[in-house]
Amino acid sequence: MPEAPFLGPSLALSAILFTIGVAGVLLRRNAIVLFMCIELMLNAVNLAFIAFGQLHGVSGQIMVFFVMTVAAAEAAVGLAIILAIFRHRQTVDLQNINLLRG
Amino acid sequence: MAGIVFYFFAVAAVLGAVMCVLQRSPVASAMWLMSTMFSLAAIFVLLNAQLIGILQVLVYVGAILVIFLFVVMLLNLGTAAKDLRGPSSIAAAVAISGLLVIELIALWRYTPARLAAEIAQAPEAARAMFPGGALAEQAAATQGVVGAVAGPMFQQYLIPFEITSILLLAALVGAVVLAKRRI
Repeated sequence: MPEAPFLGPSLALSAILFTIGVAGVLLRRNAIVLFMCIELMLNAVNLAFIAFGQLHGVSGQIMVFFVMTVAAAEAAVGLAIILAIFRHRQTVDLQNINLLRG
Repeated sequence: MAGIVFYFFAVAAVLGAVMCVLQRSPVASAMWLMSTMFSLAAIFVLLNAQLIGILQVLVYVGAILVIFLFVVMLLNLGTAAKDLRGPSSIAAAVAISGLLVIELIALWRYTPARLAAEIAQAPEAARAMFPGGALAEQAAATQGVVGAVAGPMFQQYLIPFEITSILLLAALVGAVVLAKRRI
């Protein structure tokens, strides 16, 4: 059985970081900071992948590679959307962006 | 020694994440997020994922956070007077995240022994797909840290890897189209 010295603590850290990201998404009104919190959540998931990768082999690291690619694509498209919204509404405050709200 | 380093960077990562959520200015948030990502890169190296640690610094800090700072600069937002949501939303957020952290923190009790038992019970196909960590350590010793990751990526995971390029192309085109002044 391979050594995995920090499996439990890594998973706990991953859980804490993910929860802070969720809290940020729920709390903040600034769309850009909300995006940063989503990146934080993706990072926390990466940490869990790496922690399990110690036991499961390099597949975990390859998954992290794909998650990073998706995060980069998501950041590019999401920030372009924020830019487009800002041009129309002159704000990134989510409280004021309520076109689709019932 | 490694334990001290791990917990130092773990505390730094949590502190950075909390400050990222609490800071009013988006630039300050981005800077705290950067410290979190650097700390996570250090933790990745401690967890024997040296390549991912370097990629974390290059991709997350070097590319994604720079895009964030670029957009903050383009929008010229400054510091918002009131950036948190109302009290009812704060109560809901605290309740939801409290529940979530209790559920997730149960993962703390995951031990290598329990995981090994689960792997032993897994079907043959799953075990062939995810060879054990000991094999990976051998591969890292013989092929080097990058070679051990590159081998499976260009053999087992070749098709997902190629699909990634289509995803990136779509994101590139989408970002350009969305950011254009007139579509």
